[in-house]
Amino acid sequence: MAEITAKVLVIGGGPGGYVAAIRAGQLGLDTVLVERGGAEGGLGGTCLNVGCIPSKAVIHAADAYHRAVEQTAVTPFGLRVEHPAIDFARTVEWKDGIVGRLTSGVGALLKRHKVKIVQGHAELMDGKTCKVETDTGPQTIRAEHVILATGSVAASLPSLPFGGKVISSTEALSLPAVPERLVVVGAGYIGLELGTAFAKLDAKVTIVEAEDRILPAYDAELVRPVAKRLQALGVDILLRARASGLAEGGDAVLIEDGNGSKRSLPANCILVATGRRARLEGFGLERLDLTMNGPFVAIDERCATSMRNVWAVGDVTGEPMLAHRAMAQGAVVAEVIAGHRRVFDSAVIPAVCFTDPEIVTVGLSPEAARQAGREVRVASFPFQANGRALTLEAEDGFVRVTARADNHLVLGIAAVGAGVSELASSFALALEMGARLEDIGGTIHAHPTLGEAFHEASLRALGEALHI
Amino acid sequence: MGIRIVKLPDVGEGVAEAEVVEWHVAVGQSVLEDQILAAVMTDKATVEIPSPVAGTVVALGAEVGGVLAVGAELIRLEVAGEGSADVAAAPREAAAVPPPAQPLAAAPAPKLPVPPPASPPAEAAVAPMPTSRAPMGPPRPSGEKPIASPAIRRRARDAGVDLRQVRGTGPAGRISHDDLDAYLRAGSTSAKAVRSANTEVATVKVIGLRRRIAQKMAESKRRVAHFSYVEEVDVTALEELRSSLNAEHRRDRPRLTLMPFLMQALVKAVADFPEMNALYDDEAETIERHGGVHIGIATQTPSGLMVPVVRHCESLDLWECAAEVLRLAEAAREGRATRAELAGSTITITSLGALGGIVTTPVINRPEVAIIGVNRQVVRPVWQGSQFVPRTMMNLSSSFDHRVIDGYVAARFVQRIRSLLETPATLFLEA
Repeated sequence: MAEITAKVLVIGGGPGGYVAAIRAGQLGLDTVLVERGGAEGGLGGTCLNVGCIPSKAVIHAADAYHRAVEQTAVTPFGLRVEHPAIDFARTVEWKDGIVGRLTSGVGALLKRHKVKIVQGHAELMDGKTCKVETDTGPQTIRAEHVILATGSVAASLPSLPFGGKVISSTEALSLPAVPERLVVVGAGYIGLELGTAFAKLDAKVTIVEAEDRILPAYDAELVRPVAKRLQALGVDILLRARASGLAEGGDAVLIEDGNGSKRSLPANCILVATGRRARLEGFGLERLDLTMNGPFVAIDERCATSMRNVWAVGDVTGEPMLAHRAMAQGAVVAEVIAGHRRVFDSAVIPAVCFTDPEIVTVGLSPEAARQAGREVRVASFPFQANGRALTLEAEDGFVRVTARADNHLVLGIAAVGAGVSELASSFALALEMGARLEDIGGTIHAHPTLGEAFHEASLRALGEALHI
Repeated sequence: MGIRIVKLPDVGEGVAEAEVVEWHVAVGQSVLEDQILAAVMTDKATVEIPSPVAGTVVALGAEVGGVLAVGAELIRLEVAGEGSADVAAAPREAAAVPPPAQPLAAAPAPKLPVPPPASPPAEAAVAPMPTSRAPMGPPRPSGEKPIASPAIRRRARDAGVDLRQVRGTGPAGRISHDDLDAYLRAGSTSAKAVRSANTEVATVKVIGLRRRIAQKMAESKRRVAHFSYVEEVDVTALEELRSSLNAEHRRDRPRLTLMPFLMQALVKAVADFPEMNALYDDEAETIERHGGVHIGIATQTPSGLMVPVVRHCESLDLWECAAEVLRLAEAAREGRATRAELAGSTITITSLGALGGIVTTPVINRPEVAIIGVNRQVVRPVWQGSQFVPRTMMNLSSSFDHRVIDGYVAARFVQRIRSLLETPATLFLEA
C-alpha cells in the first residue's frame, strides 16, 4: 500500500478545507487534501457544487425570466417584451459551466501552492493517519496535523425520506425541468430562495412551515417585504403545518395543520429544506472519540478539537453554517499550525438571504441587543426615499441600524431590499472597525447608491437625517 | 501692571550659587504670596524659595538642573500696581533673616511685552479631552468586549497582549494602534507577554543630589588610593546584650540597633589610632587630626545617598548615640536635615542592614581617610576547640586612604574594633 507523509492533512475540499490547504501551502507547510468527489462533492464542497453558487445562478436566471414575463405588459418606463421563454435545461447547463470554472479554479490554486490532492474516500485510522480508497488503490496518509472539514449534509425528515420525488436542495438545482407543482417543506432561507426561484419559473409553489412564520431566524420587520413578495408571486404558505408523509401513489404530500386536521397536497416534486446537519459519519471520526458540542465537533477559539493536533473547521463545527465562516476558520487553523498566534475572533459573521427582496444581517438585532441588557437607539431608512432604489424599481425595504444609546457604538446593521447583499461588506466592516453612528454619518456615501440608506439610517439614529 | 524680578536669595552662609532642582510653578501660572516657587540645592541642603508677592509667572530664570548665582534672576512675575523693583525672595529656611528690599536698579524695568492675562487662563480652561481618561482602574466594565479593528486584534495577538487589559482612548472606548503602542511601552503586567527586544532608551538628567553624589564619588575614587580590609566579627555576645537592653527598655528608650555599639567602638578605637579620625587636605598636604569624633552615617533617602553627621560622639553615651542616629536619619529622609547636620564628619560608617552582603568596598567620604562598612549578620557553625557551635557572625568591610594609612595600621585598627565588639563589656570600661 502506498504511503504519504505530510505535515498537514485536510479532510474535505469545501470552503473550510480548501482555504486551510491553500493557506498552509502558502506558509510552506507540506499539505495533503483529501476530497472524495461524487454527486455532492468535488473541490469547493457544498458551496461551489450544490449550494451557494449554483443556487445563485438559478435564482438569477429565474429573476431574469420573471422580469421579462412581467415586461410583456408595458413597464412604467415603456419597455415591452414579447413571448419570453426559458429553456431550463440550458439554465442548468450554464450553471454547471460556472461551477466547473470555479471548482477547476480551486484545483489550480491548490496546485499552485503545492497542495497534494488525493481523490477518494478518507477513513481515519487515528488522529494522525487516514486511509483513502483511490481509483488506483488504497493509500495511507500520515500527517502531524489533521484538519477535519467534512461539512454538512441536508437533514432529512423521517416522514419524507429522500428519494424519488422527495429531493434536497442538491437535486433541486439540477432538475431536468421545472416541476409543475412544487411543495417546499421548511421556510428557512434555503426553502425560500429555491421556492421563490421556481415560482418565478412558473411552478406552482406551496411552502409548508411548522413555525408560525417564515424565516423564523430573522425578525418580523425584515421578513415582511419578503412575505409580501411571495404573495405577489402566488406562492402559498402554510404555517404551523407539518408534512407527515407521501400520499398513496406518491403524487401528493400529506399535510397536518396545527389543529390536527389533515389534507393532501398534490406535488410533482417535494423539496425538503428543513436544515443541515454536520457530516460526522462514514469517515472514521468515531475512532478519535472527540468531545462533541451537541451534534457538532467541539472546537476552541483556535479551532482545536479535544485531540492534540486535530483541528476542525466549517459546518462540522456548528452554526452558523456559512461558507465565509468556514473560510475564515480555515485560514486561522493553517496559521496556528504554522506557529502564528491566531484565533478566530471576528466580531461579526454577516448573513445574507437571497430571497426576493434580499435580506442582510450583521451583528445584533434590536431585540437581541436589548436582551443583552443594552439600551439601544434603532433607526431605519426606507428605500422609498432613496433615489437609486426608485430608478431600479426596487423601493421595498430599508436599512436598519442598531446602536448603543450611551456611546453610539453600532451593534447591528440589517437591510432588506433588492441587491442589498452587496451592502454586507460595508456593514461588516463598520462593525469590525468598531464604528459609532457618527463614523457612518461622517462617511460620504456615493450618490446615487443604495448605500446612502445606510448613511441616512445612521444620521436618523442621531436625529440628523436629511432625506426623511 | 508691573514686572517684579525675584532674585535668588542668600540661601546659606558662604553659599555663592545654588542649583534649581524643582520648579513648583510654570510660566502663565498665577502665584500667591508665600507660595513656593522653586526648590534650590546648595552643597548639602535643599531650600524652598517662596514668592515674596502675588502675581503671574512671566519667565523662569533657569531650567531644572541649572545653577544660579546668589542674586541672579530666579523668576519674573507680573504683579498688580507698580512693579519694577528687583526683589530677592526670602528662602524658607532662613525666614528669620528679612530680605533687604534694596532697590538695586534705579531705572525701572521696562514694561515687557507680556501676553494679555486672558490667555493663560484660557489655556487652563480647555476642557479635558475625552482621550485623557484617568490612567488608573480597569480599562472597561467587566464583561464588556474590547473594541478594536481586526488589524489591531492581530497585532495584539502577535505581541501576546490580551486586549481586555488595554485601555481604549478612541470613540466609545475603541482601542487604537496608539493605545496598543502605549500599552506595549508601559510593559504588560501579564506574564504571558512574549519576550521581545526592548530598544527604548530613557534619558534621565543627572541633577541635584544625584549630580553631587556623582561628583563626590568620582572625585574620591580619582584622588584617594583606596584599599579595603575585611574582617569577621563574632557578634553573638553583642547581639545578646543588645536584645536584652531592648527588652528591658522597651518603653522608655529608643530601640538599639548595631549602629550605636559600633559608634562607641569607633570612639574607643580612634583614641588609640588618632590618624583614622582625620581629614587629609591633599592640596595643602596636611592632615587634620580631630579630637572630636564626628561620625557620618551613610543614609539612603528617597532622593539618594546622604550622610548626616552625629557630632561629638565621644561625648555621647550609647542611648544618646542611638537617639541622635534615629533623629538624623529621619530628618535626612524627610529632607529636613540642615546644612550643618549634613557636613563636618571626620569618619563614616556605612551599613545596608539586612542587605549588607558578605563584603563591600566602601568609597571614602573625602577628605576623610577611613570608612567602616557593616555586612550582614549570619548564624554560622564555628569550630571552638572540640566542637562546632552556632555563632552570630558579621563582616566589617572597611576602606582606607593608602596615601596616609598603611595596611598594617588599618588592620590593627579593625582588630581593635573587632575585639571591642566581641567583648562588649570593654565598650563601657572607662579608659
